[in-house]
Amino acid sequence: MAKFKKKQADTAPAISTASLPDIVFMLLFFFMVVTKMRDTELMVTVNSPQASELTKLEKKTLVNFVFIGRPTAKYKAKVGTKPQIQLGDKFSTTDDIPLFLEKHKVSVPESQRQSIISSLKIDKDVTMGIVGDVKTALRKAGQLKVNYSAKKRDRTKG
Amino acid sequence: MAKSKHRMKNEINAGSMADIAFLLLIFFLVTTTIAEDKGVLVKLPPWSDEPPPEMKLNSRNVYSVLVNAQNQLLVRGEQMQIHDLKHNTKIFIANPEKRSDMSENPQKAIISIKNDRGTKYNTYLEVYNELKAAYNELWEESAMAKFGKNLDQLTAKQTKEIKDAIPLVISEAEPTKFGEEK
Repeated sequence: MAKFKKKQADTAPAISTASLPDIVFMLLFFFMVVTKMRDTELMVTVNSPQASELTKLEKKTLVNFVFIGRPTAKYKAKVGTKPQIQLGDKFSTTDDIPLFLEKHKVSVPESQRQSIISSLKIDKDVTMGIVGDVKTALRKAGQLKVNYSAKKRDRTKG
Repeated sequence: MAKSKHRMKNEINAGSMADIAFLLLIFFLVTTTIAEDKGVLVKLPPWSDEPPPEMKLNSRNVYSVLVNAQNQLLVRGEQMQIHDLKHNTKIFIANPEKRSDMSENPQKAIISIKNDRGTKYNTYLEVYNELKAAYNELWEESAMAKFGKNLDQLTAKQTKEIKDAIPLVISEAEPTKFGEEK
Protein backbone atom coordinates (compact mmCIF):
# COMPACT_ATOMS: atom_id res chain seq x y z
CA MET A 1 0.00 0.00 0.00
CA ALA A 2 2.72 2.35 0.95
CA LYS A 3 4.57 1.50 -2.21
CA PHE A 4 1.53 2.28 -4.33
CA LYS A 5 1.12 5.69 -2.73
CA LYS A 6 4.66 6.62 -3.40
CA LYS A 7 4.38 5.78 -7.05
CA GLN A 8 1.32 8.01 -7.47
CA ALA A 9 3.15 10.96 -5.99
CA ASP A 10 5.96 10.42 -8.47
CA THR A 11 3.79 10.45 -11.59
CA ALA A 12 2.11 13.75 -10.87
CA PRO A 13 4.67 16.48 -11.51
CA ALA A 14 3.49 20.07 -11.53
CA ILE A 15 2.75 21.42 -14.99
CA SER A 16 5.10 24.25 -15.73
CA THR A 17 3.28 27.51 -16.21
CA ALA A 18 6.39 29.36 -17.31
CA SER A 19 5.18 29.64 -20.92
CA LEU A 20 1.78 30.93 -19.91
CA PRO A 21 2.78 34.61 -20.11
CA ASP A 22 4.15 34.00 -23.60
CA ILE A 23 0.88 32.52 -24.78
CA VAL A 24 -1.11 35.28 -23.20
CA PHE A 25 1.15 37.92 -24.72
CA MET A 26 0.70 36.35 -28.12
CA LEU A 27 -3.06 36.58 -27.79
CA LEU A 28 -2.70 40.08 -26.42
CA PHE A 29 -0.74 41.26 -29.43
CA PHE A 30 -3.26 39.66 -31.76
CA PHE A 31 -6.12 41.55 -30.22
CA MET A 32 -4.12 44.76 -30.01
CA VAL A 33 -3.50 44.61 -33.73
CA VAL A 34 -7.04 43.62 -34.65
CA THR A 35 -8.73 46.16 -32.39
CA LYS A 36 -9.95 49.26 -34.06
CA MET A 37 -11.12 51.78 -31.56
CA ARG A 38 -14.37 53.38 -32.62
CA ASP A 39 -13.37 56.95 -33.27
CA THR A 40 -16.89 58.26 -33.49
CA GLU A 41 -19.71 57.52 -31.15
CA LEU A 42 -22.68 56.02 -32.92
CA MET A 43 -25.69 58.22 -32.26
CA VAL A 44 -28.13 56.23 -34.36
CA THR A 45 -28.96 52.54 -34.14
CA VAL A 46 -27.76 50.70 -37.22
CA ASN A 47 -28.89 47.14 -37.65
CA SER A 48 -27.49 46.15 -41.02
CA PRO A 49 -29.59 44.05 -43.38
CA GLN A 50 -28.31 40.79 -44.83
CA ALA A 51 -27.14 40.24 -48.39
CA SER A 52 -25.19 37.65 -50.34
CA GLU A 53 -23.39 39.62 -53.07
CA LEU A 54 -20.87 41.39 -50.90
CA THR A 55 -17.71 43.28 -51.71
CA LYS A 56 -15.08 43.90 -49.08
CA LEU A 57 -13.89 47.42 -48.44
CA GLU A 58 -10.13 47.12 -48.67
CA LYS A 59 -8.59 50.49 -47.91
CA LYS A 60 -10.01 52.11 -44.82
CA THR A 61 -8.57 55.51 -45.65
CA LEU A 62 -10.51 55.65 -48.91
CA VAL A 63 -13.85 55.08 -47.23
CA ASN A 64 -16.20 57.58 -45.66
CA PHE A 65 -19.15 56.51 -43.62
CA VAL A 66 -22.70 57.77 -43.65
CA PHE A 67 -24.97 56.39 -40.96
CA ILE A 68 -28.74 56.43 -41.20
CA GLY A 69 -31.01 55.15 -38.49
CA ARG A 70 -33.22 56.07 -35.59
CA PRO A 71 -31.50 58.01 -32.77
CA THR A 72 -30.36 55.96 -29.79
CA ALA A 73 -32.21 56.30 -26.49
CA LYS A 74 -29.77 58.94 -25.31
CA TYR A 75 -30.62 61.33 -28.14
CA LYS A 76 -34.32 60.62 -28.52
CA ALA A 77 -35.34 63.46 -26.25
CA LYS A 78 -33.24 65.92 -28.23
CA VAL A 79 -34.00 65.05 -31.83
CA GLY A 80 -37.08 62.85 -31.74
CA THR A 81 -37.51 59.37 -33.08
CA LYS A 82 -37.48 60.03 -36.82
CA PRO A 83 -34.59 58.48 -38.75
CA GLN A 84 -31.54 60.71 -38.84
CA ILE A 85 -28.36 61.01 -40.87
CA GLN A 86 -25.12 60.95 -38.94
CA LEU A 87 -21.98 62.29 -40.58
CA GLY A 88 -18.82 62.13 -38.48
CA ASP A 89 -19.95 62.72 -34.93
CA LYS A 90 -23.07 64.82 -35.41
CA PHE A 91 -26.59 64.66 -36.76
CA SER A 92 -26.79 66.19 -40.20
CA THR A 93 -29.05 66.87 -43.11
CA THR A 94 -28.49 66.09 -46.76
CA ASP A 95 -27.19 69.68 -47.20
CA ASP A 96 -24.14 68.80 -45.10
CA ILE A 97 -23.11 65.91 -47.34
CA PRO A 98 -21.06 67.88 -49.95
CA LEU A 99 -18.94 69.54 -47.26
CA PHE A 100 -18.48 66.24 -45.45
CA LEU A 101 -17.30 64.52 -48.64
CA GLU A 102 -14.99 67.43 -49.45
CA LYS A 103 -13.43 67.27 -45.97
CA HIS A 104 -12.71 63.59 -46.42
CA LYS A 105 -11.41 64.12 -49.92
CA VAL A 106 -8.65 66.53 -48.92
CA SER A 107 -7.25 63.89 -46.54
CA VAL A 108 -6.74 61.49 -49.46
CA PRO A 109 -3.81 61.75 -51.90
CA GLU A 110 -4.92 63.19 -55.20
CA SER A 111 -4.06 60.11 -57.23
CA GLN A 112 -6.45 57.94 -55.21
CA ARG A 113 -9.41 60.30 -55.07
CA GLN A 114 -11.38 58.60 -57.79
CA SER A 115 -11.47 55.37 -55.79
CA ILE A 116 -13.14 56.88 -52.73
CA ILE A 117 -16.13 54.83 -51.65
CA SER A 118 -19.00 55.97 -49.49
CA SER A 119 -20.11 53.26 -47.12
CA LEU A 120 -23.78 53.67 -46.27
CA LYS A 121 -24.53 52.06 -42.96
CA ILE A 122 -28.29 52.05 -42.92
CA ASP A 123 -30.69 50.46 -40.49
CA LYS A 124 -32.85 47.87 -42.19
CA ASP A 125 -36.10 49.32 -40.86
CA VAL A 126 -35.53 52.78 -42.34
CA THR A 127 -37.71 53.68 -45.31
CA MET A 128 -36.29 54.56 -48.71
CA GLY A 129 -37.35 58.22 -48.52
CA ILE A 130 -34.35 59.37 -46.52
CA VAL A 131 -32.08 56.89 -48.30
CA GLY A 132 -33.16 58.26 -51.67
CA ASP A 133 -32.44 61.81 -50.52
CA VAL A 134 -28.93 60.80 -49.47
CA LYS A 135 -28.39 59.02 -52.78
CA THR A 136 -29.45 62.13 -54.67
CA ALA A 137 -27.10 64.28 -52.56
CA LEU A 138 -24.22 61.87 -53.22
CA ARG A 139 -24.90 61.93 -56.94
CA LYS A 140 -25.03 65.72 -56.96
CA ALA A 141 -21.71 65.80 -55.11
CA GLY A 142 -20.19 63.43 -57.66
CA GLN A 143 -19.67 60.59 -55.19
CA LEU A 144 -20.91 57.69 -57.29
CA LYS A 145 -19.20 54.71 -55.71
CA VAL A 146 -21.41 53.54 -52.92
CA ASN A 147 -21.38 50.49 -50.73
CA TYR A 148 -24.54 49.45 -48.90
CA SER A 149 -23.16 47.90 -45.75
CA ALA A 150 -24.63 44.45 -45.10
CA LYS A 151 -24.02 41.23 -43.23
CA LYS A 152 -23.13 38.03 -45.02
CA ARG A 153 -25.77 35.45 -45.78
CA ASP A 154 -26.00 32.59 -48.23
CA ARG A 155 -27.43 33.04 -51.68
CA THR A 156 -31.04 32.01 -52.09
CA LYS A 157 -31.61 28.70 -53.85
CA GLY A 158 -33.20 28.42 -57.22
CA MET B 1 29.72 48.99 -4.45
CA ALA B 2 28.96 46.00 -2.39
CA LYS B 3 25.41 47.06 -2.19
CA SER B 4 24.93 47.19 -5.94
CA LYS B 5 26.46 43.76 -6.32
CA HIS B 6 23.93 42.47 -3.90
CA ARG B 7 21.18 44.00 -5.99
CA MET B 8 22.38 42.37 -9.19
CA LYS B 9 21.73 39.02 -7.65
CA ASN B 10 18.12 39.84 -7.02
CA GLU B 11 15.90 38.69 -9.84
CA ILE B 12 12.71 40.49 -10.61
CA ASN B 13 9.78 38.27 -9.88
CA ALA B 14 7.98 37.69 -13.20
CA GLY B 15 5.14 35.77 -11.65
CA SER B 16 2.72 38.65 -11.94
CA MET B 17 3.55 39.23 -15.58
CA ALA B 18 0.88 36.76 -16.63
CA ASP B 19 -1.69 38.58 -14.51
CA ILE B 20 -0.85 41.91 -16.09
CA ALA B 21 -0.98 40.40 -19.57
CA PHE B 22 -4.31 38.79 -18.80
CA LEU B 23 -5.69 42.10 -17.65
CA LEU B 24 -4.65 43.79 -20.88
CA LEU B 25 -5.88 40.84 -22.90
CA ILE B 26 -9.32 41.03 -21.36
CA PHE B 27 -9.42 44.77 -21.98
CA PHE B 28 -8.69 44.31 -25.68
CA LEU B 29 -11.06 41.35 -25.94
CA VAL B 30 -13.87 43.52 -24.67
CA THR B 31 -13.11 46.57 -26.79
CA THR B 32 -12.49 44.66 -30.02
CA THR B 33 -15.12 44.94 -32.69
CA ILE B 34 -13.85 43.06 -35.66
CA ALA B 35 -14.85 45.38 -38.45
CA GLU B 36 -17.52 43.97 -40.74
CA ASP B 37 -16.90 46.34 -43.59
CA LYS B 38 -18.64 44.46 -46.33
CA GLY B 39 -21.54 45.46 -48.45
CA VAL B 40 -23.28 45.57 -51.79
CA LEU B 41 -21.22 47.75 -54.12
CA VAL B 42 -23.28 50.01 -56.33
CA LYS B 43 -22.33 52.60 -58.89
CA LEU B 44 -24.78 55.47 -58.92
CA PRO B 45 -25.55 57.26 -62.17
CA PRO B 46 -24.09 60.76 -62.46
CA TRP B 47 -26.45 63.62 -61.67
CA SER B 48 -27.67 65.90 -64.39
CA ASP B 49 -30.18 68.70 -64.07
CA GLU B 50 -31.74 68.05 -67.43
CA PRO B 51 -34.20 65.22 -67.67
CA PRO B 52 -32.65 62.11 -69.21
CA PRO B 53 -33.11 61.86 -72.98
CA GLU B 54 -36.08 59.90 -74.14
CA MET B 55 -34.85 56.60 -75.33
CA LYS B 56 -36.80 54.31 -77.54
CA LEU B 57 -36.44 50.98 -75.87
CA ASN B 58 -38.01 47.85 -77.07
CA SER B 59 -40.24 46.86 -74.17
CA ARG B 60 -39.21 43.24 -74.48
CA ASN B 61 -35.72 44.24 -73.33
CA VAL B 62 -36.82 46.02 -70.19
CA TYR B 63 -37.36 44.13 -66.97
CA SER B 64 -39.19 46.52 -64.70
CA VAL B 65 -39.23 45.80 -61.00
CA LEU B 66 -41.46 47.90 -58.79
CA VAL B 67 -41.31 47.76 -55.01
CA ASN B 68 -44.18 49.51 -53.32
CA ALA B 69 -44.62 50.97 -49.85
CA GLN B 70 -46.12 47.68 -48.65
CA ASN B 71 -42.87 45.97 -49.68
CA GLN B 72 -44.63 44.05 -52.43
CA LEU B 73 -43.02 43.31 -55.73
CA LEU B 74 -44.50 44.00 -59.14
CA VAL B 75 -42.40 42.60 -61.95
CA ARG B 76 -43.52 43.38 -65.49
CA GLY B 77 -47.04 44.00 -64.29
CA GLU B 78 -47.31 40.84 -62.25
CA GLN B 79 -46.86 40.25 -58.56
CA MET B 80 -43.85 38.18 -57.56
CA GLN B 81 -42.21 36.88 -54.40
CA ILE B 82 -38.65 37.95 -53.68
CA HIS B 83 -37.33 34.39 -53.63
CA ASP B 84 -38.50 33.88 -57.23
CA LEU B 85 -36.93 37.09 -58.47
CA LYS B 86 -33.41 35.81 -59.10
CA HIS B 87 -34.56 32.77 -61.04
CA ASN B 88 -36.92 34.79 -63.24
CA THR B 89 -34.34 37.51 -63.83
CA LYS B 90 -31.82 34.95 -65.03
CA ILE B 91 -34.33 33.52 -67.47
CA PHE B 92 -35.19 37.00 -68.69
CA ILE B 93 -31.56 37.96 -69.35
CA ALA B 94 -30.38 34.73 -70.90
CA ASN B 95 -33.69 33.89 -72.59
CA PRO B 96 -32.74 30.28 -73.33
CA GLU B 97 -36.01 29.52 -75.12
CA LYS B 98 -35.76 32.63 -77.33
CA ARG B 99 -39.15 33.83 -76.26
CA SER B 100 -40.41 36.94 -77.97
CA ASP B 101 -41.36 38.70 -74.72
CA MET B 102 -37.90 38.43 -73.18
CA SER B 103 -34.56 40.08 -73.93
CA GLU B 104 -33.21 39.79 -77.47
CA ASN B 105 -29.78 39.11 -76.05
CA PRO B 106 -28.07 39.73 -72.70
CA GLN B 107 -26.40 42.87 -74.03
CA LYS B 108 -29.70 44.56 -74.66
CA ALA B 109 -31.32 43.53 -71.39
CA ILE B 110 -32.02 46.34 -68.96
CA ILE B 111 -33.21 45.94 -65.40
CA SER B 112 -35.19 48.85 -64.07
CA ILE B 113 -36.00 49.29 -60.39
CA LYS B 114 -38.45 51.74 -58.97
CA ASN B 115 -39.42 52.11 -55.34
CA ASP B 116 -41.70 54.24 -53.20
CA ARG B 117 -40.40 56.55 -50.53
CA GLY B 118 -42.15 54.30 -48.05
CA THR B 119 -40.41 51.12 -49.17
CA LYS B 120 -38.35 49.54 -46.43
CA TYR B 121 -34.62 49.73 -47.01
CA ASN B 122 -34.33 46.05 -46.13
CA THR B 123 -36.67 45.06 -48.96
CA TYR B 124 -34.97 47.38 -51.41
CA LEU B 125 -31.54 45.97 -50.67
CA GLU B 126 -32.87 42.44 -50.85
CA VAL B 127 -34.29 43.11 -54.30
CA TYR B 128 -31.06 44.76 -55.46
CA ASN B 129 -29.10 41.86 -54.03
CA GLU B 130 -31.21 39.29 -55.88
CA LEU B 131 -30.75 41.12 -59.18
CA LYS B 132 -27.01 41.30 -58.62
CA ALA B 133 -27.00 37.62 -57.68
CA ALA B 134 -28.73 36.80 -60.97
CA TYR B 135 -25.92 38.49 -62.88
CA ASN B 136 -23.24 36.91 -60.73
CA GLU B 137 -24.68 33.46 -61.35
CA LEU B 138 -24.90 34.08 -65.09
CA TRP B 139 -21.25 35.17 -65.10
CA GLU B 140 -20.23 32.11 -63.14
CA GLU B 141 -22.13 29.81 -65.48
CA SER B 142 -20.67 31.49 -68.52
CA ALA B 143 -17.14 31.26 -67.07
CA MET B 144 -17.67 27.55 -66.50
CA ALA B 145 -18.99 27.04 -70.02
CA LYS B 146 -16.38 29.13 -71.83
CA PHE B 147 -13.20 28.52 -69.87
CA GLY B 148 -14.09 25.64 -67.57
CA LYS B 149 -13.03 27.62 -64.55
CA ASN B 150 -14.62 29.49 -61.71
CA LEU B 151 -15.10 33.20 -62.18
CA ASP B 152 -12.48 34.12 -59.58
CA GLN B 153 -9.84 31.95 -61.26
CA LEU B 154 -10.00 33.75 -64.58
CA THR B 155 -7.55 36.36 -65.76
CA ALA B 156 -8.66 39.98 -65.86
CA LYS B 157 -9.05 39.76 -69.62
CA GLN B 158 -11.26 36.70 -69.50
CA THR B 159 -13.39 38.24 -66.76
CA LYS B 160 -13.83 41.33 -68.87
CA GLU B 161 -14.86 39.23 -71.85
CA ILE B 162 -17.58 37.57 -69.82
CA LYS B 163 -18.80 40.79 -68.25
CA ASP B 164 -18.89 42.49 -71.65
CA ALA B 165 -21.02 39.69 -73.05
CA ILE B 166 -23.48 40.02 -70.16
CA PRO B 167 -23.22 43.62 -68.99
CA LEU B 168 -24.82 44.54 -65.70
CA VAL B 169 -27.32 47.30 -66.35
CA ILE B 170 -29.53 48.21 -63.44
CA SER B 171 -31.27 51.50 -63.83
CA GLU B 172 -33.02 53.18 -60.95
CA ALA B 173 -35.93 55.50 -61.45
CA GLU B 174 -36.76 58.39 -59.15
CA PRO B 175 -38.86 57.03 -56.29
CA THR B 176 -42.52 57.88 -56.08
CA LYS B 177 -43.75 59.71 -53.01
CA PHE B 178 -46.03 57.07 -51.50
CA GLY B 179 -45.93 56.07 -47.88
CA GLU B 180 -43.43 58.68 -46.69
CA GLU B 181 -42.75 58.32 -43.01
CA LYS B 182 -44.23 61.10 -40.95
